[in-house]
Amino acid sequence: MAITSIKNLKEFSTTNERFEGAHLLCPGCAHSMIVRELLNCTDDNLVLATNTGCLEVSTAVYPYTSWDTSWIHIGFENAASAVTGAEAMYKARKRKGTLKDPDAPVKFVAFGGDGSTFDIGFQWISGAVERGHDFTYICLDNENYANTGGQRSSATPIGAHTSTAQAGRVSYGKKQKKKDIVGIFAAHGAPYVAQLSPNKWKIMAKGFQKALETEGPCFINTVSACTTEWKFDPKDTIHVTDLATDSLMFPIYEIINGTKLNILYRPKNIIPVEEYLAAQGRYKHLFKPENRHVIEQIQKEIDEKWEYLQRREEASV
Amino acid sequence: MADKMELNEVEVWDGNYAASQALRQAQVDVVAAYPITPSTPIVENYGAYVANGYVDGEYVMAESEHGAMSACVGAAAAGGRVATATSSQGFMLMLEVLYQASGMRLPIVLTVVNRAVASPLNVRGDHGDMYAGRDSGWVQIDAFNAQEAYDLTLCAFKIGEDLDVRLPVMVHQDGFVTSHTAQNVYPLSDEEAYAFVGDYKPVDEMLDFSRPVTYGAQTEEDWHYEHKAKQHKALMESYKVIDKVFEEFEKKTGRKYNRLEQYMMEDAEVAIVALGTTVETAIYAAEQLRKDEGIKAGVVAPRSFRPFPYNEIREALANVKSVAVLDRSCPMGAMGALYNEICGAMASTPANPLVTNYIYGLGGRDFAVEDAKNIFREQKANADAGYITTELQQFSGLRGPKLAFYEAKRS
Ligand SMILES: Cc1ncc(C[n+]2csc(CCOP(=O)(O)OP(=O)(O)O)c2C)c(N)n1
Ligand code: SF4
Ligand SMILES: [Mg+2]
Repeated sequence: MAITSIKNLKEFSTTNERFEGAHLLCPGCAHSMIVRELLNCTDDNLVLATNTGCLEVSTAVYPYTSWDTSWIHIGFENAASAVTGAEAMYKARKRKGTLKDPDAPVKFVAFGGDGSTFDIGFQWISGAVERGHDFTYICLDNENYANTGGQRSSATPIGAHTSTAQAGRVSYGKKQKKKDIVGIFAAHGAPYVAQLSPNKWKIMAKGFQKALETEGPCFINTVSACTTEWKFDPKDTIHVTDLATDSLMFPIYEIINGTKLNILYRPKNIIPVEEYLAAQGRYKHLFKPENRHVIEQIQKEIDEKWEYLQRREEASV
Repeated sequence: MADKMELNEVEVWDGNYAASQALRQAQVDVVAAYPITPSTPIVENYGAYVANGYVDGEYVMAESEHGAMSACVGAAAAGGRVATATSSQGFMLMLEVLYQASGMRLPIVLTVVNRAVASPLNVRGDHGDMYAGRDSGWVQIDAFNAQEAYDLTLCAFKIGEDLDVRLPVMVHQDGFVTSHTAQNVYPLSDEEAYAFVGDYKPVDEMLDFSRPVTYGAQTEEDWHYEHKAKQHKALMESYKVIDKVFEEFEKKTGRKYNRLEQYMMEDAEVAIVALGTTVETAIYAAEQLRKDEGIKAGVVAPRSFRPFPYNEIREALANVKSVAVLDRSCPMGAMGALYNEICGAMASTPANPLVTNYIYGLGGRDFAVEDAKNIFREQKANADAGYITTELQQFSGLRGPKLAFYEAKRS
C-alpha cells in the first residue's frame, strides 16, 4: 500500500485535499485537523462513513459537500455498520470481478463523535470490531454532544459543566467518571487500539498509518478540543490540547492485540491538571472553594492512571 | 464461482425456504442479517448455502437488526446487490434505517415474514410490522403462499434495481401460515432465475473512485421537501416497472401476477378486500357461498401494498354493492389502514359501495373459512337492505362480548 510520508506541517497544505477547507465547523474546531490528517496520511482510496454530529452536519449540507472521496452518513449510531457493509461489498465484488478498478488499494474508515462512540453507537462499533472487518474507527472525542448544544456524554469527565449535567448552587457539574473507551476496545482483542492527539501530529499520523496498514478492526480515540463547549478562544485550540496531553488528562498510547501497551508520548514537564482545567470555561466552577476537592480527585485519578499505564508498558502487557 | 444447486421441477418448500432460495439464485453480493422468529430460517438456510459453497457473496451476521440494515445501506451504496430478512420487533428496530435506505434510493430487498408487534410479546403472524413500514418509502409486495414468496422475491430485485425505480423493496409473507407451511413450489433453475434477475447495475457507487459520491447529506427547509416529493413520485410511478416485471415473469413461467389481484369479481355483488394468506381463505369461502347460497361473492387483494393500486381498486369495486375491508393490524384509535385506503379510492368515483371494516387475526388468531363466510353474509345483508346493517368497524373472531365501533348512518 502507498502511504504518503509527511515530514513537516507545511506538507499537509500541499498534499491532495480530499477534505475541502470549505465547511461549517467552528473556527478553531479540532475535528477538521484530525480528519485532514487522516486523509493526508494515505494515498489509498478511501471509503468514509460519519455518524451524525458536528463533523457530519458541517460537511455535507446539500447541494454542497466537503468530501472529495466516497463518504456516507446514515444516522447517529451506525457509521461502523455502514463502513463495514461497504467493506463486505468490496470483498464480494473483488471476488466476483465486478469492481471498476480491482487493483486500487482501498481503506475503510468511520468517524464518530464521543456521543456516537461512547453512548448511542457503542453496540454498532462493538459488533463491527467483533466481526473482524478490515476498517479503522476514529472517535473525535470532544467530551460532549457538541452538535446539539453541549449535553453530557459518557465521555464527559467528572466535574465538567454541560447543559444536562450543570454546575450550579448545589452541583459541581457531571458526577460520573469518563468511560475507558480505549481499554474497552483493546478488550475486544482489536489488533490496534490507540489514543492520539492532534497537537502531537507526527505521532498521530504514524498511529493513523499503523491502523490503516493493520489488517482487521482498529480503534482510535482522538482528543478533539471544542472551542464552543469547552469555552476557550478559537486561537487556543492547540494550546489547550497541549495542556491536555502534558497534564496527562489525555495520555497518548497504543495497545497492540489487546495485550501490549506502548506509551507514545512522555511529557518532559508534566503539568498539574489545574492548569488544563483553568484554561476552559467548562471547569470554571471547580475553582470555588467548595468544589476544589473535585480538582484533587481528578489529579489523583490522572496520577493513578499514568502509574498504571507505565507499569503495563514496563511489563510489556 | 458459487456451486449451482440442482432443483426438481417441483420442490416441497415452506415460505422461508422459498425466499432463501430466491436470495441464493439472485447471487446477492451482501446479505447482512439478524435472526428473529419467524424469519430466522431464511437467515439459517442462507448460512447453510454459504457454508457449502453455494454463495460467493459476503454474509454479515450483524449484532442487531438496526446494525444489519445499516450494513445493508453501506453495502448497497458500495454498488452491489443486497438483501436481508426480518420480522416484527426486528422490523421495528430497523425502522429508522428503512427510511434512510429509501431516502438514499438504495435498492435493497427485505423479505419480511409478518408477525405481531409487542406488547404483549407474540411470535405469530399478523400485519402489524408490515403496516408500520407503509410510510417508509419502500415498495411493498405481498406474497400469499410459498410459491409467491419465491416468485416475488426474484421479481423484487428486478423492480427495485430498475434504473427508473432505484428504491428498496419489501416482500411480505405471513408468519407461520406461509413461512412454516411446506407446499409445492415450482422453482426456476439457477441459470433461468439469474438470467431473469440479471446483473446488478451499479449507480453512484462508493467504490468508483474516479467519481466520488456523498451519501446521506443534510437538507433543511430549503431542499428536504423537494427530495421527499421526488421520492414519492418515484414510488408512485414504480407501478409501470412492477407491471413490466410481472409481464416478463409470466412469459418465463406462465405465472401471472397483478398489482391488484381479483378473484370472481366479474359479476360480484359483495367483496372482501384482504392481504396475505387470508386471501386464499376468502376465495375458498366465496366459491362455496356461490355454490351453496347463491351469494355472488368476490375477493380483491392488493399485491402491491406500496405503491397502492388506487385506480385498479376503483375499477374492481365499481359495480360491487357491499365491501368488507379486512385489517390484520390493530389500528388503535382509528379505522383500519386498508379500510381508509379503500374508502379513499372509492370516494372520488360515482360508485358508492357500502364499505365496512373488520379487524381480525391479531397475534395469529385463526381466521377460518366460516369467519370469511359470515363476513360475506353480512355484506349480502347490506346489499339487500341498501344500507349498512352493522357497525362500521367490527372485530371478527374476538372472544368475549362483541366489539364494534361507529354506528352507520342509515338512509
Ligand atoms: C437517534 C438519534 N438521537 C439523537 C440525535 C440527536 N443528535 C444528533 S448529533 C447529537 C450529538 C452528537 O454528539 P457527538 O457524537 O459527541 O458528536 P459532536 O457533535 O460532539 O462532534 C445528538 C444528540 C440523533 N440525530 N439521532
Ligand atoms: S461546537 Fe465544538 S465540535 Fe462542534 S464545530 Fe464547534 S468547535 Fe467543533
Ligand atoms: Mg462530542
